Amino acid sequence: MVTQKTVATTGNLFVAEAIRQALPDVIPVYPITPQTTVVEEIAKFAANGRIDAEYVAVESEHSAMSAAIGASAAGVRVVTATASQGLALMWEELYIASGMRLPIVMFNANRALSAPINIHCDHSDIMGARDTGWLILFAETAQEAYDNTLVSFRIAEHPDVLLPVMTTADGFITTHTVDRADTLDDETARAFVGKYKPTHALLDFDNPVSHGAFAGLGGPYFEFKQQQRRAIDGSLGIIKEIIAEYSAISGRPFDVVEGWGMEDADVAIVVIGSTAGNVRHVARRLRAQGIKAGVLKIRVFRPFPTAGIRDALKGAKAVAVLDRSDSPGAEGGPLYFEVKSALYDLDHRVPVVNYVYGLGGSDVRTELIERVYKDLGDIASGAIGPFDMTYLGCR
Amino acid sequence: MKWDISRVNVWGAEEFPHGAVIPEAGNSVYYKVSGWRSQRPCRDEEACTQCLLCWAYCPDSSVVVKNGEVVGFDYDHCKGCGICAVECPVNRKFGRSAIEMVSGGSDLPEPGLGDANGTPAGAAAAISEVG
Amino acid sequence: MHKLTEIRWHARAGQGAVTAAKVVAETALSAGKYMQAMPEYGPERMGAPIKAFTRISDGPIEIHNNIEFPDVVIVLDASLLEVVNCIEGLSEEGMVIVNTCSPAEEVKAALGVSASVQVACVDASGIAYDTIKRDIPNTPIVGAFCKVSDVIDVHTFKDLLARSLGKKFGPKMVDANHAAIDRAYEEVTLA
Repeated sequence: MVTQKTVATTGNLFVAEAIRQALPDVIPVYPITPQTTVVEEIAKFAANGRIDAEYVAVESEHSAMSAAIGASAAGVRVVTATASQGLALMWEELYIASGMRLPIVMFNANRALSAPINIHCDHSDIMGARDTGWLILFAETAQEAYDNTLVSFRIAEHPDVLLPVMTTADGFITTHTVDRADTLDDETARAFVGKYKPTHALLDFDNPVSHGAFAGLGGPYFEFKQQQRRAIDGSLGIIKEIIAEYSAISGRPFDVVEGWGMEDADVAIVVIGSTAGNVRHVARRLRAQGIKAGVLKIRVFRPFPTAGIRDALKGAKAVAVLDRSDSPGAEGGPLYFEVKSALYDLDHRVPVVNYVYGLGGSDVRTELIERVYKDLGDIASGAIGPFDMTYLGCR
Repeated sequence: MKWDISRVNVWGAEEFPHGAVIPEAGNSVYYKVSGWRSQRPCRDEEACTQCLLCWAYCPDSSVVVKNGEVVGFDYDHCKGCGICAVECPVNRKFGRSAIEMVSGGSDLPEPGLGDANGTPAGAAAAISEVG
Repeated sequence: MHKLTEIRWHARAGQGAVTAAKVVAETALSAGKYMQAMPEYGPERMGAPIKAFTRISDGPIEIHNNIEFPDVVIVLDASLLEVVNCIEGLSEEGMVIVNTCSPAEEVKAALGVSASVQVACVDASGIAYDTIKRDIPNTPIVGAFCKVSDVIDVHTFKDLLARSLGKKFGPKMVDANHAAIDRAYEEVTLA
């Protein structure tokens, strides 16, 4: 029987709990703010025998990902966690993990990159990893961080996916806030995640294989990349199936993109991560005033749910995309490009504007969201035209 | 089982194993991989003391030993690194060691131009089967 | 829409405000409510002015930013009133609770708040010295908060504290904290 427990704790500890319940075999991990409390909790689980896993205290994130790749190729379930500079240090290996089709699950506590030094939330780290071939999930709340982490294992290890997955939560805002969430009982969580059955394990002595082959000039590198591309494209349907199965167990339905008020929205904001809640909070108030405000939250960023986004936004009169990272020198932030290009194939043009907000944890005040909706109202009414990317709330 | 890659050059993306895994162990014995050898080891049987150091040091298992004695080299797999020649001890009686590197290099067609079947350059050495 | 109460804590690092923010949230959860608690993270130095936040609601809480327009402001160190604008953004129907020996009327006048704002004062540090034997004013000030607002119930708070403190520090510490809460509950004055 499925039993759930309502718990008050931080997002990080909910993630650690999901990791424990997923029964990983190897956990190579290096602490970095704001992911540290995940590592502390896992180390505690390991020390107290609450987790039957090899906890490897490595000397850097580069080593953490190296060990994760080695252990995953050996044929076991591997999970790690990082943030910010740590994710940046893993960069070259992120491509190796996905290229070798290793279903590693990694939690990232989304945090700004230096310089100047900053430990607070933005999406610069994770957006820097968006083309690494990993699947990327965003959480709005601690509950979503917990749920996303459990489904990540199933998605990564699905025989038609076999790709690494990053499950993320906004640094401090989600990772360190004490929040209310429901956790599944261990038995249910374990039954859902299931056993990992590797297809090409290095430590399968009866079926020896080689990993890490060369596919250089004239070799099939290009074909391997296409194979990888098809796997990530095809994963969207599989993710939806796995989410549906999880939702039936947990009673918490969710989707790869989630609309609020999008059925008849005139003005819509596209957003990822914790700010989705702030935006919905404002949209509710505006609805009460008769303004048809909508919110489109992207929960699965890789693979990018293009069709769902296009479908949700096609009726809007004006759309704003909120980016918590920038692509300096480009037209705007990364989410903006992708949303805008998703809308390109519509028969009519939906005006889209871009705001870069909340860099380095800069607080997302209610008044800022209200200002975005006001701008959208003005664009929708024709009072003003679309404008260039704006740094929202920057002095 | 033998992994059949005879049509590897026309395989589409879906025909390759996931993640460039090679699902057959030790299959390098099937392929001549000595294409870039520029010098080959040559052994003077008379001066050889059968110390087996060459066999122990060879990184490619290309020193052929039968009944506990070195009988020659596997030139399909020897890369010509010369480690055997360096490790081979001086035989006092002859005043020289038994193995020396001599010119002669590769037995394979010169890579870089592709073979008659249109195999891409570079891949030729890796995939042509010897039996 | 659900009723949402937003509490902002002003304290000096080391006074237990972050813990208090969490314990109030946990008390709300044990009464079946939705809650959030978070400190404003920065460099950690004992004695530095810090802020912490608690949100309590009957329904799910969607907003995640810092609290700009609090319903309740709790000040654990009265000297902060001189250094920080503790009442910034405070609602006209809001409430300020201050750890001080000064009478509530005096503090209210000094703060210069509207008549509609309620000001509650309690000597939480003095009570803490008497009962817990250390200047940790967080539990007594929450006791006062239970008295002057209806957001959390004092018995639920005491029960929760008994469970959490009991495990770590034993029954003596639980009794001392309960005594502190009871005294603050009785002694708090309102203006």
